[in-house]
Amino acid sequence: MTASLTRREALAAGFGTVLLPATLSAQPAQKPAEFKIGVTTFLSGPASVFGVPSRKACELLVEQMNAAGGIAGVPLRPIFVDEAPGTDHLVGEFRRLVQSEGVHAMFQSISSGSCLACTPLSRELQKLTILWDCGTQRIFEENRWDYAFRTQGYGTPEVLAPLLYLLKTKPNIRTLAVINQDYAWGRDSWELWKAAMDALKPGVRVVAEMFPRFGSTDFSTEITRLLALRPDVIYSTSWGGELVTFVRQATERRLHERSTFVLPVAEASLPALGRSMPEGHIIGTRGDHWNNHPAPANPQLFASFVNAYRQRFNEWPIYPCHHMAQALWALKAGLEKAVAAKNGGWPSDAELANAFRGLTFPTPTSTITLREDGQGLEDQIVGLSSFNERFPFSVPKEMMLFPGAQVSAPVGQKSTDWLKTLTPDFIQQAGRSI
Amino acid sequence: MAEWFQDNGLLLGLALLDGLSSAGLIFLVAVGLNLVFGVLRIVNVAHGSLYAIGAYSAASIGIFLASLGLPGWASIPALVVSAALVGAVLGPLIERFLLRRIYAQEEVVQLLVTFALFMVLEDVQKLVWGVQPIHHDTAMTLLGTIDIPFAGDVIPFTNYQLFVLPGFAVVTLVGLAWFLRRTLTGRVIVAVTTDREAATAMGIDASRIYLLTFSFGAALAALGGALSSPTAALVPGIGAQTIVLSFAVVATAGLGQIEGAALTSLMMGLGRSIAVYFEPELEVVVPYIIMVLVLLVRPQGLFGVTETRRV
Amino acid sequence: MRKIEPILAVLLAAAMIAAAIAAPWLRFVLTIALAKGIAVLGIMLLLRAGQVSFGHALYVAFGAYVVAFLAPRLNDAVLLLAAAAVGAGLLGLLIGLFVARYRQIFFGMLNLAMCMVFYSLLEKLYHITRGSDGIRVEVMPVAGQALDRVAYEWAIFGIALALALGLGILLRLYLSSPMGEALAGIKTRETRLEFMGVPARGVLLSAYVISAVVGGIGGALIAMTSRHVTPLLSYWTASGELVFIAILGGAGGVLGPFLGAAAYELIRVYAAASFADAWQMILGAALLLVILFAPGGLWGMAGRLAGGRGR
Repeated sequence: MTASLTRREALAAGFGTVLLPATLSAQPAQKPAEFKIGVTTFLSGPASVFGVPSRKACELLVEQMNAAGGIAGVPLRPIFVDEAPGTDHLVGEFRRLVQSEGVHAMFQSISSGSCLACTPLSRELQKLTILWDCGTQRIFEENRWDYAFRTQGYGTPEVLAPLLYLLKTKPNIRTLAVINQDYAWGRDSWELWKAAMDALKPGVRVVAEMFPRFGSTDFSTEITRLLALRPDVIYSTSWGGELVTFVRQATERRLHERSTFVLPVAEASLPALGRSMPEGHIIGTRGDHWNNHPAPANPQLFASFVNAYRQRFNEWPIYPCHHMAQALWALKAGLEKAVAAKNGGWPSDAELANAFRGLTFPTPTSTITLREDGQGLEDQIVGLSSFNERFPFSVPKEMMLFPGAQVSAPVGQKSTDWLKTLTPDFIQQAGRSI
Repeated sequence: MAEWFQDNGLLLGLALLDGLSSAGLIFLVAVGLNLVFGVLRIVNVAHGSLYAIGAYSAASIGIFLASLGLPGWASIPALVVSAALVGAVLGPLIERFLLRRIYAQEEVVQLLVTFALFMVLEDVQKLVWGVQPIHHDTAMTLLGTIDIPFAGDVIPFTNYQLFVLPGFAVVTLVGLAWFLRRTLTGRVIVAVTTDREAATAMGIDASRIYLLTFSFGAALAALGGALSSPTAALVPGIGAQTIVLSFAVVATAGLGQIEGAALTSLMMGLGRSIAVYFEPELEVVVPYIIMVLVLLVRPQGLFGVTETRRV
Repeated sequence: MRKIEPILAVLLAAAMIAAAIAAPWLRFVLTIALAKGIAVLGIMLLLRAGQVSFGHALYVAFGAYVVAFLAPRLNDAVLLLAAAAVGAGLLGLLIGLFVARYRQIFFGMLNLAMCMVFYSLLEKLYHITRGSDGIRVEVMPVAGQALDRVAYEWAIFGIALALALGLGILLRLYLSSPMGEALAGIKTRETRLEFMGVPARGVLLSAYVISAVVGGIGGALIAMTSRHVTPLLSYWTASGELVFIAILGGAGGVLGPFLGAAAYELIRVYAAASFADAWQMILGAALLLVILFAPGGLWGMAGRLAGGRGR
């Protein structure tokens, strides 16, 4: 509660003490008493299934980092803001955090809409902004940002990797149906998949394109139609409660016996599905951080993060927790690099942001490199749903790893254009079994 | 046209089956809202929250019963019990401590009170049940599936969705109709719905009727939620999604008209499922199109009674 | 009360300017508050006629999307504001011709339906609207002057403030004109109006079109301030928010909407900063408290403070 109290005081100061210039970025850089991070995430609404675990992960890791002396000797303090109320509110909150709270870096957001609205503010307010979870390819393909970096993969690799896995393991598919949520990610992820599929395996027939209302709680009509159509593959990038509902209604009616599911965002819903997730379907995790990763780069660190999270919150971490952790690890690497470049001096906002360009930072599973355009290259691991004794829910088997650089559109190219240049040979070259 | 039916007749048949089960759920939620509106003249935005709380309670009670080692069939009566609980606890609480204070105020203020309540309950729900999807599907899995033949193939439907949901809707409809027409309390409710002033002038204790109707409406919302819980994962925000559709049903049906609500739910359920087969992109707007069309022809709603214009 | 309204307005404007100078982020919040206040003027107008539109976010969103779509071609804030106002007005006329036939819940729900249909369209027409990703609005020249970002933000704040004052005065005149007085007649006894030869539907329609125009202007200002528009602007909860602000402010004078909007935005920021995961509950509770303990809203409170001569 102390944190919220001081925040309230800070806010009161914002309203009350009138003539205090609040912009900090113009002042000469001084080592702050604490490094404040503004974190935007969903704390209400359907996407809070991602937002609340990510907030827990952030608090946990910050506590651990502070116990170890903070970053470059400065303790961290995250300040959370709910993304749910809409863009006009969020944009205002972003400004408040930078101009009134004086945060030193922003971590934003889960929703692509939020990221598209807020990333330009990183330039206007000249504040380091780490895009910690949103997946839209438009951010770095349509603009150049000096202060914004994404510390995880994005839509293109997250869709392409499961597609490659599908084509490698089931080369003879002929028909496909899509059932995605009706909002930007649902539409984008279909457009990317369609472009890549038409290039890699021309001639697959799309027998149904369905985009049920965002937040639907009943898919029985869609499932009946899919049962009647019997497509070889059913592709869905749905997530959260909707994916749980869809899979349960579908498996109850044995749809999984007629078609293979490809579910690139399945991981976060698997704990909730438990044993009711059918086996042998293609599942992804928007990255490489599966709880049963067979060969993480730093097994101790991976186990300690996962175990600490489980002990504290009595649930398994899901991918947004790992994405949040990646943002914090990137911050640590970038800030230490910037401080080292100044021989122990404190970097200005511009110097801090510069340290992130081309930065390679370690994650428990691998390393992530932030490219020239700010986009992170995160490896993708895809596998088939299966059960083992270690987990009370489905985990992948027969995993394949697709290196981030291999499945991301090169700098300066638009994803849809790049995907169209792929050829069927690429299926064999891409990825490796792990 | 004939050709089209030859090609698509079977699909239309499937769409009808799907439409029935979704109409059943729509009806259960909307009829409570309509009843409350008819008597209290309040558009209860918090009806969606009651739906969500009913769903969450049913799942929690079901999970609790299962942990006691009770057999699976126990989870079916548990659905009804949890709905009754929500109605009996939250209904009177809200009516007595909140709505009662504002009956004298303007319609918009009453609507806003329930909107504020909706916002509060949205967060309460999150505090109680967290944000991770919760599901308890014993009631659905227990009853198994039935294979419906389709063009040389079979399509499995869950018995729960095909029979139990529409069944509950029909029982509710018949029960309500009987209650409103044949019992004294029911007739009093109808009297208040038709003419509040005359009814109170004749010595009807309106405050008791309000309390009763609101609690009953709350229980119906919770029942809708509870019955949907075996088929759907529960996450924050389900209440907000559900209530908009119910609004459309109430306006289309006519104030306080339960038969109207049934017919409207049926049209909307069928309309939506037919849209999914033939023009999926239209699915979301189908209910609104139906509403606008109905109100163009019948400005008081399907079964609405034209109120006497007072001078 | 009416006498001190101009003085209060000047005081409020001065306080806003002082706050905007003091803190750049507050300038942003206050511009949004002014924009919403302008939109809520329209709600207030309809409330005068006893009608609650539960779908006016439609016009706000429409105005915002007009700006987003036309900005590349019609790159000037003043022209875009005019375009948004005219566009929203035409849309309001079109929809108004239909909905002005209805009263009470039908009026409210038809508006809600229109608003939700627009929301669905924004989501569905993904290739035109970019769906939930929304459309970015760049800094634009104001009245032919190319401005840097800070000057632009000040300009929009100034325009919003000037429009708020100007539209406030105009609406005040409108309300005291025969047309405005007739609005109140719709609320009390519509039939009497018609006996006197006043076409009630025409009166309501003109108020409806005005409310759509101010909604469009508010939306355009929101788009120019947040510089990113998403379909969420047209979701039903956004409509609820507008009604919320109207009641929070108090439906009395034209100052009410601005008091309400400023209070709403500040409470929301305060709640979000202090209790990030329970801001809804705080907003809801604040509204409940106002309704239960301060009927007449902030305007009523201000009236009592100013000498107990509220309306």
